[in-house]
Amino acid sequence: MSIADEQKQEVIHHWSPLDGLQKLGHTFLNFFSGAGRLFLFAMQSIYHCFSPPFFGRLLIRQLLDIGYYSLPVVGMTTLFTGMVLALQSYTGFSRFSAEGAVATVVVLSVTRELAPVLAGLMVAGRIGASIAAEIGTMRVTEQIDALTTLSTNPFKYLVAPRILAGTLMLPALVLIGDVIGVFGGYLVGVYKLGFGPENYLHKTWEYLTATDVTSGLWKAAAFGFIVTLMGCYNGYHSQRGAQGVGAATTNAVVSASILILVVNYFLTQFFFAGK
Amino acid sequence: MSAAKAAAVTAKSAVPKLELKGVYKSFGANKVLRGVDISVQKGKSLVVIGGSGTGKSVMIKCVLGILYPDAGSITVDGQDTTHAKGAHRDELMRKFGMLFQGGALFDSLPVWENVAFGLIQGRKMDRKQAREIAIEKLNAVGLPARVGNLYPAELSGGMQKRVGLARAIASNPEIIFFDEPTTGLDPIMADVINDLIIETSKGLGATTLSITHDMASARKIADDIAMIYKGQIIWHGNAKDIDHSGNLYVEQFIKGSATGPIKMEL
Repeated sequence: MSIADEQKQEVIHHWSPLDGLQKLGHTFLNFFSGAGRLFLFAMQSIYHCFSPPFFGRLLIRQLLDIGYYSLPVVGMTTLFTGMVLALQSYTGFSRFSAEGAVATVVVLSVTRELAPVLAGLMVAGRIGASIAAEIGTMRVTEQIDALTTLSTNPFKYLVAPRILAGTLMLPALVLIGDVIGVFGGYLVGVYKLGFGPENYLHKTWEYLTATDVTSGLWKAAAFGFIVTLMGCYNGYHSQRGAQGVGAATTNAVVSASILILVVNYFLTQFFFAGK
Repeated sequence: MSAAKAAAVTAKSAVPKLELKGVYKSFGANKVLRGVDISVQKGKSLVVIGGSGTGKSVMIKCVLGILYPDAGSITVDGQDTTHAKGAHRDELMRKFGMLFQGGALFDSLPVWENVAFGLIQGRKMDRKQAREIAIEKLNAVGLPARVGNLYPAELSGGMQKRVGLARAIASNPEIIFFDEPTTGLDPIMADVINDLIIETSKGLGATTLSITHDMASARKIADDIAMIYKGQIIWHGNAKDIDHSGNLYVEQFIKGSATGPIKMEL
């Protein structure tokens, strides 16, 4: 019998059906302990957002970083989304002579879904990654431990300003994104598809309700919270070394993006199911 | 002085400034600290030596409240601080200063703000006054005032250590911790840092607890030396007795010999 055959036999000999069960159990335990840790982290973060001392200077810096500097990304995303939506709905709806609904479809799609979800995803890429990388680097270089030794709670100094800024600024970005997205649809509708400007605007306003806009803003606040929470959580628990920080950054973006899509479904059901 | 008063003073001075009794700490199945017993008297300098992975950093993190021990007690001035949290921990942290191995300076802040951080955030001191103290502390570690406006990334390793030292002493702490203070420095700069550690801590009358595997540094800054091995203190004595400790582990470590009771896990 060759050495390879002996090794193979040894592997087969050691395998037991319980091994699979054990791995399955481990996976479940890891999932639930991870979910529990995230929940506790979120609760602790919320508590520190509303308990003094507050770091106003840091909050302003984060408001600028997350809000103002994300404007170009969110603006471009919603502009082209509105433009594409107008084109697509025109070509699709013309098959059953419903071209007149283009303006309504654009405004409802942008305000209810596309602006909050796409802005959330874009900010997850831009801000979630940067938060995770920054806090992760601080973790591996012992800067977070240094904060503790200097009588400063890392949750108050690092986490709370970012989560507050994310939750407050994403609705503002989405509101601006709504206007830009509708404007994109207007440009295509009026200058390419031949709608009259007044008619397009009239159709835009005709079926739009306050709930369409506010539901999008509530969603945006939830997504802002998710993006910054996942950035902070993954960075805070980053493992040692550059690889650890890289993994934290990837996890922050991926987990925030998936959570945004899942939470979006439940919020949509909450706001619009049965209406 | 009456006999009773004298006895009270003697009893008070006999209380160690910092004491660890039977401290255990595990991470999963990995038992890092297995009953650490150690104490430092007020104004003294204790250096804990030991190889990598023997539990030195975990021990300091337990004292600082960055980690909490699984069992045992940690007392400062005779008061139990093992699980101190909230206001009690804040009050305790004001007594501490810490020099981290890599400096752990905040990249986003200029040097002066790094040094003044504990004063501004921890003690709510006015920024202008804190800046003046920061410059004074930078001067104390041999750095000119203009360094205060630079960012940590613009400094050499030795300068970063000095800034870290200035930050550690900025709030005139009663106990200063040094984590591998000379690691990564050339021998001359290491000696400069050792001198600064002695000068600044003696100047403040502070008690110091250092961890290192640099024997030159340990010999220079220590009043007492202890050796940690596999999470336990296996020898503790006066620094001048280190060369005739009679402990095979200590002898192997200070000689840096590959043969002896300490086996490297490869």
